[in-house]
Amino acid sequence: MIRMRLERRDSTPTWLNLTLPVLAVLATLVLCSGLVAMAGANVWTAYSKLFLSAIDSRSHIVETFVKAAPLIFTGLAVAVAFRAKFWNIGAEGQLLAGAMAAAFIGGREGLPAWSLVPLMIVAGAAAGGLWACVPAVLRTRYKVDDVVSSLLLNFVIFYGMTALLDGPWKDPLSGYPDSPDILMEAEFPILLERTRLHLGVLLALLSAPLVWWVMRKTSLGFSIRAVGENPVASRYAGISTGAVILMTAILSGALAGLAGVGEVAGLHFQVMSGISPGYGYTGIVIAMLARLNPLGVVPAALFFAVIVTGAESMSRATGVPVFLAEVIQGAALLTMLVALLFTSYRIRIARHG
Amino acid sequence: MSAPTPLLAMRGIGKRFGAVQANRNVELTLQPGDILGLLGENGAGKTTLMNILFGTYSPDEGSIEIDGQPVEIHNSAAAIAHGVGMVHQHFHLVPRHTVLENLLVGRPGRRGLLDKAAAIARLDEIGRHFQLVLDPDRLVGDLTIGEQQRLEIIKALFSGARILILDEPTAALTPQEADGLFDALRAMAAEGMGVIFISHKLHEVRAITSHVMVMRLGEVVANLENAPEVSQGHLAELMCGHELTPPVKPEKKPGRPLLHLRDVATDIRGRTNLAGISLDVRAGEIVGIAGVSGNGQRELAEVIAGMLPLAAGSLEIDGAAVPRPSPNIMQALGMGRIPEDRMGTGLITSLPLSDSMVLPRIGEAPFSRHGILDHRAIRAFVEEQIERFGIKAGGPDIRAGTLSGGNLQKALLARELAWNPLVLLAAQPTRGLDVGAARFVHEQFLDLRARDRAVLLISEDLEEIFTLSDRIAVMYEGRIIGVLPIAEADVRKVGLMMAGMEDAA
Repeated sequence: MIRMRLERRDSTPTWLNLTLPVLAVLATLVLCSGLVAMAGANVWTAYSKLFLSAIDSRSHIVETFVKAAPLIFTGLAVAVAFRAKFWNIGAEGQLLAGAMAAAFIGGREGLPAWSLVPLMIVAGAAAGGLWACVPAVLRTRYKVDDVVSSLLLNFVIFYGMTALLDGPWKDPLSGYPDSPDILMEAEFPILLERTRLHLGVLLALLSAPLVWWVMRKTSLGFSIRAVGENPVASRYAGISTGAVILMTAILSGALAGLAGVGEVAGLHFQVMSGISPGYGYTGIVIAMLARLNPLGVVPAALFFAVIVTGAESMSRATGVPVFLAEVIQGAALLTMLVALLFTSYRIRIARHG
Repeated sequence: MSAPTPLLAMRGIGKRFGAVQANRNVELTLQPGDILGLLGENGAGKTTLMNILFGTYSPDEGSIEIDGQPVEIHNSAAAIAHGVGMVHQHFHLVPRHTVLENLLVGRPGRRGLLDKAAAIARLDEIGRHFQLVLDPDRLVGDLTIGEQQRLEIIKALFSGARILILDEPTAALTPQEADGLFDALRAMAAEGMGVIFISHKLHEVRAITSHVMVMRLGEVVANLENAPEVSQGHLAELMCGHELTPPVKPEKKPGRPLLHLRDVATDIRGRTNLAGISLDVRAGEIVGIAGVSGNGQRELAEVIAGMLPLAAGSLEIDGAAVPRPSPNIMQALGMGRIPEDRMGTGLITSLPLSDSMVLPRIGEAPFSRHGILDHRAIRAFVEEQIERFGIKAGGPDIRAGTLSGGNLQKALLARELAWNPLVLLAAQPTRGLDVGAARFVHEQFLDLRARDRAVLLISEDLEEIFTLSDRIAVMYEGRIIGVLPIAEADVRKVGLMMAGMEDAA
């Protein structure tokens, strides 16, 4: 008889840390191939369309990066928060807060033209950070579960926003619940002629190493990790855990807010109810896939952007519904959670009898 | 005549964890009626061996026989089915259930109904047989530590254990409670059961066991009859592989009070509250706090550490009043702290050792400036401490949780002593440590004493209290019921005071 059992590891080898996300993604694709086959398509053709169509031309590559930008921001937001074990499921709402603040500033006449873009960035980050403080304060002050409160606050802000867009903030010239367009001077500059590659993409790509640096090289990052891993020992050592959770929330919310700023100032130039197709939630999957490493967030977000962009072409070519992209996202989270088990445990096979 | 069939025989047990050979060719036999003392320093392989017997690990090599029959033990359920019972250092009880309900956990009963009458009858029988009496209707949360342990033993007997493993069973007991435990163990041995007794307290091993097996670095180094000529010193030397001399504690006149508590009280719901605690610890003095666990020692430590607010009374460090103590303030005033729960409240086991070593000072130079870490300074500091205290760790980057208990304690000591504290608060500083590591810790305390620092030692280990203290304060139900200079203290007196008899002093 052969038995398998799990044994705790003393340490996680580096190669395993690097290969686990890749293995998780491969496992996801294998799992989802059944669905592709059920849709009546050749698995190989469908997957090659899914992955290659997002990178087969310059414009497609640029689009993939544009798609990845908000995902990088929300992925970073979640990665920072989860390090402190501040379970911020509210990146979606913080993104909306950032988007609204940016659209509000960007639509105001009378501000100097040069100040609009920096002001939008600051206001969007501040709005996201502030909105994230709500679950943080509820948790540190009143011991309210942050998973629940941060999640529910997403709906609060979403419906608040749609109410505004249907009422006082509705663009009188539009038939849809959209806000008025922001001023031309408030639009993010385009970095590459005749593409949609806007400043927000660059900001996202620069944020990842910056967040990595904060987490790795500053005493704030140190405290975030310490509080996340052992809040009691941190408090005994004189670290104010409440303050650290609050700082984490502000940092996390600000990053999610920037995702909203980028979407408003770089792509849509207005707020509308469909501005985020769940970037905040996808950020959770991305952060997990990146094992909460800010640098890992970039490839993870790019992977998801590839799938989302490629799903359209795959659907057109093979008839597999675009929803496969979402199934892959969900399955990737599950396989990664299973894969994480192997960072602290190993399988031992024992033969008996 | 052939030798009798042993109750238990473990043959040629080998177990490897990564690079560490935790057990190598270990042979253990237990005859009916044996009480085997299993001795060894931390990391010697005792726990691994017992975990193999209890089914937590599977051995790489070797076999186990019970009553001469080869057995395979894959998990604790199989161990229990083979008559092996284990009482862990940390109890596995449900505090909100009664004694009886805890006994019935995991038992199917008949047709989904718990068979209470039969259980009570069996409980009664165990009580009479082994002097292990407990009221079946009491809530486990209301039991003392000693009673909870009794329940754990009863649980093992209830499941039909004939081989009982006890891991550090006396760590939290009063001397009188420990005597009660020993009586029960002797009764079990007389019935033909086998007992394996793991302890660091050599005098207890001498007192209770019939055989002693000493392990070092995963191997058995000695197997001896517990004969009168076997001395504690000899056992200690076998364990650590070299000679030990008792620590030197020179006469010393204490100086000014460095830690001063007056009428300190706390008011926290659901905990043992302090009432009217007045205590001085003076420069060059070690004051020991004795008491059965749960009598306010933890609360006292937390008040001094700045974690629990004072409801009344005052606290001074070196003459400076601290109206609202916090961990930060106490640390800034020169308070060092060796916490009772080193994994839970001292270190961060999941992060690199270096993180734990600089945790309390991370916001200060040289470890950080303007919020930016100086990794070079951190590394240099940690490497220096590893070197100075002889911490066995694979470098500053190794995860703290992989260190042995003794090395974790050394790391904590190094961290707290690096800043030359005025007052050191040490709670259970040698719990779970082996003789060599405990000796090291004690030497550090005596060195602080020699340098006119104050040490407040909270310990459930009376031998430790008596070895180190200049004065002994005994806590009972949140109060200090007496303070004895070491010259006037003896184990009997202190033991009675621990049980609440004030006039024993």
